[in-house]
Amino acid sequence: MSQTTPFAASEPATTRIGRRFAELRRAGELGLVAYLTAGDPSLAASREIVLAAAQAGADVVELGVPFSDPIADGPVIQRASERALRAGTTLSDVLELVADLRRASQVPLVLFSYFNPILQMGLENFARRAAEAGADGVLVTDLTPEEAGEYRRILRGAGLDTIFLAAPTTPEERIERIAQASSGFLYLISRTGVTGQRDRLPEDLGALVERARRATALPLAVGFGIARPEHVRALVGQVDAAVVGSALVAEAARAASSADAAQAVAALILSLKSAGGRSAHP
Amino acid sequence: MSAAGQLWPDATGRFGPYGGRYVPETLMAPLEELERGFAAARADAAFARRLDDLLHNFAGRPTPLQLAERLTAKLGGPRIYLKREDLLHTGAHKINNCLGQGLLAERMGKRRIIAETGAGQHGVATATVAARLGLECVVYMGTEDMERQRLNVSRMRLLGAEVVGVDAGSRTLKDAISEAMRDWVTNVRTTYYLLGSALGPHPYPLMVREFHKVIGIEARDQILRAEGRLPDLLVACVGGGSNAIGLFHAFIGDSTVRLLGVEAGGRGHALGEHAARLAGAAGYEGARPGVLHGAFTYILQTAEGQISTTHSVSAGLDYAAVGPEHAWLSGEGRAEYTAADDDAAIDAARTLARTEGIIPALESAHALAELIRRAPAMPREQVVILNLSGRGDKDMDILARYL
Ligand SMILES: Cc1ncc(COP(=O)(O)O)c(C=O)c1O
Repeated sequence: MSQTTPFAASEPATTRIGRRFAELRRAGELGLVAYLTAGDPSLAASREIVLAAAQAGADVVELGVPFSDPIADGPVIQRASERALRAGTTLSDVLELVADLRRASQVPLVLFSYFNPILQMGLENFARRAAEAGADGVLVTDLTPEEAGEYRRILRGAGLDTIFLAAPTTPEERIERIAQASSGFLYLISRTGVTGQRDRLPEDLGALVERARRATALPLAVGFGIARPEHVRALVGQVDAAVVGSALVAEAARAASSADAAQAVAALILSLKSAGGRSAHP
Repeated sequence: MSAAGQLWPDATGRFGPYGGRYVPETLMAPLEELERGFAAARADAAFARRLDDLLHNFAGRPTPLQLAERLTAKLGGPRIYLKREDLLHTGAHKINNCLGQGLLAERMGKRRIIAETGAGQHGVATATVAARLGLECVVYMGTEDMERQRLNVSRMRLLGAEVVGVDAGSRTLKDAISEAMRDWVTNVRTTYYLLGSALGPHPYPLMVREFHKVIGIEARDQILRAEGRLPDLLVACVGGGSNAIGLFHAFIGDSTVRLLGVEAGGRGHALGEHAARLAGAAGYEGARPGVLHGAFTYILQTAEGQISTTHSVSAGLDYAAVGPEHAWLSGEGRAEYTAADDDAAIDAARTLARTEGIIPALESAHALAELIRRAPAMPREQVVILNLSGRGDKDMDILARYL
């Protein structure tokens, strides 16, 4: 990029995430962010499933770091987290998985975690290892900009995007502050509640999107409760991407083998992605 | 800054480095609303009058400070006074906080109250206050705790509360708090989360302390009248830390008064066998600073940052994290923390029953166990106040096994 932006000096170079969202905007397509719990039910299975998701057209993959007390998650991702922990998955393992995936794919990768495992690894250590492994960004469910001063400085220093969330309860001036702390994209929580599949999009989603649009030029991704092609279709033209998590995790959990899981996840991504206006990557 | 110098958390809700607000974004604006609501209530004389009236005429404050004559004689050490929180309505100190927060919920226009409970005492107190104020009440409780504190489950249901069993993780207090937080994040616009200990994101640790500090204020006044001087030592059990901070707070500036918190030593020193977060010096493994349920504090966890399961015979102490103000008092050396194990607590309960005619809650029995261990070596002219945080009716199934 030859133009300078007002933030150029303090911003890390655009990551795979920024580049992918720029491509999506140019093409006028809705992006699909796929959440999958790492290590569910094993790291090898995760590798296979994530690669299939990328192949099927996921624009960004969020790798969930399993945690013992996932207070922001509903039953589907809670169970996935338990399966991954029972298999012994640690944050170190997830970082190795990232490195392994990076050797096979250029799909933008976001680590999706609760704060404590990262804190215990040490922020510096975590940031360095995540960047070296080839992660592009990090999203921490129980960390807001207020508590994230050091975290942001260290992660940005390592060239990682810091993605924060805005919720339906977030007033507009707070959204501005959250957007200023964010890079890559801004994650909009569609409804008050925990992760999980829902029948329809909430009615007040439009108001949240409008508040966010006024507050920032960052790409917007909407998640929590998005499970079906019609949800994705309704978001076209409203935001930059839809985040789908529990629906994919549930699909994988129903499968009899990792090959079946990969296939089922890929099939759902294809149908969601075509609802968003584009077919699989060439 | 000394611990005595910081009686109020800073603007970010921290006691020293501990505390803060580590929650999903959905809860940030509601926590700010709660902070404002609490500040407004504190400044409102009518709120104070109403709370005072309920504390006196409904809950039974002030509670006596009783000289435990036969226990003192038996141990041959310091004069031991019992702060009789067990005599409060519903049988434990928990009602102090529930009345305060219940009135706050009402003042903030929230008609639905949710709570977590371990021993069931906080759940019973919440259900009681909800009934008294005409509010809807849902209590989350681990299924393991529902089993071992069955009496309290029936009490909550009789009081009109819905008790929801939580079957995740260790099926104890930690999991009940997680589930209550999930409910809150979902129903945050209509619901008040009445957290039951000096835990969680700011302003809860502060607010819970403020509603319990009446314990220490009364005790300070009572001991000055009874003995003409301040006590040498205060002893309280520490689950999340509400009864302990309630007793300690009024004495924090009195440098001659030693503060002793007693955690659950469970059945061993290895991680998973106990619930001792601040008693590392006594050999209990696995506690390090980290983030759980909204606060930065000492937490029992694995090297990878997964929260450990815990064990205690007492459901109210069986939790992996400790209130941030206790982490701060410990770090500053202002308070000392140690642990008593399951067997010592059971023995202590029997001793108090037979010397004083009081059956204590198993939680309170931990504090008693440590005092029983230390008292014989302490000078007779010293004075000790022990917070008898609750009565033992709820624990009769467990205590009966040791008859
Ligand atoms: C009688 C009694 N004492 C103490 C506790 C421990 O809680 P805290 O440390 O908040 O006082 C409980 C908790 O259930 C209790 O029921």
